Amino acid sequence: MSSAAPGHYLVSVSTVIKTDGLTKRFPRVTALDQLTVEVQPGVVGLVGANGAGKSTLIKILLGLAPATSGTGQVLGLDIATEGSAIRERVGYMPEHDCLPPDVSATEFVVHMARMAGLPAAAARERTADTLRHVGLYEERYRPMGGYSTGMKQRVKLAQALVHDPQLVLLDEPTNGLDPVGRDDMLALIRRVHSDFGISVLVTTHLLGELERTCDHLVVIDGGRLLRSSSTASFTEATQVLAVEVTDHPDDASYDAGAAVRERLAAAGLTVGADGPRVLLVGIENDDTYDTIRDTVAGLGLGLVRLEQRRHRVAEIFTDESPAPAAGPADAPEGGTADVAAS
Amino acid sequence: MSLPPETRPAESGVIHDIGYRGYTGPRLGRGYATRSLFTQGLRAAYGLGRSGRSKVLPMLVLAVLTLPAVVIVALAIVQGRTELPLDYPAYPSALGLVVELFVAAQAPVLMSRDLRYSTVPLYFSRPITRGDYVRAKFGAMVVAMLLLMTAPMVVLYLGAVLGGMPFGHNTAHFLYGLAAAVLFALVYSAVGLLIAASTPRRGFGVAAIMGFLVVSQGIAVVVLGIAGGLDNPVPPESANWVGLLSPGWLVEGLVTQLFGLGSAADLHAPGTLGVTVFALEAAVVVAGSYGLLRRRYRSI
Repeated sequence: MSSAAPGHYLVSVSTVIKTDGLTKRFPRVTALDQLTVEVQPGVVGLVGANGAGKSTLIKILLGLAPATSGTGQVLGLDIATEGSAIRERVGYMPEHDCLPPDVSATEFVVHMARMAGLPAAAARERTADTLRHVGLYEERYRPMGGYSTGMKQRVKLAQALVHDPQLVLLDEPTNGLDPVGRDDMLALIRRVHSDFGISVLVTTHLLGELERTCDHLVVIDGGRLLRSSSTASFTEATQVLAVEVTDHPDDASYDAGAAVRERLAAAGLTVGADGPRVLLVGIENDDTYDTIRDTVAGLGLGLVRLEQRRHRVAEIFTDESPAPAAGPADAPEGGTADVAAS
Repeated sequence: MSLPPETRPAESGVIHDIGYRGYTGPRLGRGYATRSLFTQGLRAAYGLGRSGRSKVLPMLVLAVLTLPAVVIVALAIVQGRTELPLDYPAYPSALGLVVELFVAAQAPVLMSRDLRYSTVPLYFSRPITRGDYVRAKFGAMVVAMLLLMTAPMVVLYLGAVLGGMPFGHNTAHFLYGLAAAVLFALVYSAVGLLIAASTPRRGFGVAAIMGFLVVSQGIAVVVLGIAGGLDNPVPPESANWVGLLSPGWLVEGLVTQLFGLGSAADLHAPGTLGVTVFALEAAVVVAGSYGLLRRRYRSI
């Protein structure tokens, strides 16, 4: 599915994250329920509504919280016993603000590099490099309290990358950014994999972002795995045509949509509607296209659009979700956000 | 992403983007990271690596503690004394309020800031464990306090020895002083850090630590008065038990009795039983606070 990371590691890893029956129970809730998932190198999106178990999963993967049952490996290291070694090779960008305001970005990132085990000289050199790569220049010597949200997000990303990890876990990296800042951040995340050769696991509840950025999506809901597959398979073509027609050129009150719909139904096609102007027509065979064209032309209308429908990632939350309890609750959030992001 | 203008290659092409370079050097792991955190904490306790304003208080405290030592030893030499007017172990107790001010002001610098700005989870995403974090911070605070109390004693010792006072006596008492400083540092750090770690607000932390130390001292003084310790020039032996009520007096009483210092009028742990109980309480305070600190960070 995704290309292998450029080889600047001595050991190449084929599976970045692997969990088997991972379960985390708190006294009152089950945060993760029998989660079995395998993640290959690349940019992988971890999708789920708030409270779906994303943060719990990240904590467990970093070896910070023990799983109630089940096993897991990160970069081939066991999460239960080799947490320290995992954290040496993994970068983590938290969702929340984590930058002390009275310290400069340079000082802070140097300190975090040393906390990852880099010797002092290497920490300074890597800090200068990393801050340049995330797009922070002269301002890196100023106290971080005066930074914009976009700059803060860059520093947070830089501290996750400064020790050249093999994998970074990014928790909601586009939170609080304006559309331009969000696009920059998404482009940066793509570069982290394509140019830096670092695998990325990124969480977000904005589905539109993931469609554009990720090679692979892991969808969890209520602590359970809904689906894990390539982004392409989420957005593959359906056997449905979207048809949009113009109004009647002479008669404005003429309901063009209804007329077309009637004729197509009479021709034996299954027709649904998606809004007042767009019809959804099931594809029977190659003749379906001709039938639609002839019908629209026969009514003296213009054909604005005739295209094969694609699945959207948001549909996984709206259509026959296997987790009935949480499914509908997610839909509005994912749906509106999807529109906002694209 | 689009690069800001200043980094676009200039027309002359002097700036080259050399692209991403990986890191193949050594990764020194958990122990090194813990030591780095310790060093950073120790520096932060004196305001080093932080703004100029945050250096004022620790440096002032250091000066206020050290300058009297310079004056004392200079006067003693000028007057041709054969002994210092103030014994080494008594020095930190004599300026106890200044030492307490330091722990109250600087313990929150080490603990509350990381909590307030949520830097703690970031540390735990690095190789160190939660236990390592507490260990590094505790070590940094203890060493910072030790340096603070040792500096004036070193001044006294060097002045005394160079001024021709008896070498053996001064060396022995200087070592007693160091032992007292270690005990003070351990007890004050334990109490200070535990309180500081309970609030993300630095101001609350400062007030709470200072409040605890002042109030416990106040209670101890009141109880001492009730026990008749304030009326007589030499308080009854039983009045010495009030030392258990205040961290400062606890260490003072323990050290005085342990090394046989001072007179009967000075606060001391009463007898062998007293030493045992005082030492036990000190151990419980230090170990208990350390344990509670570890527990505090277990769930973050």
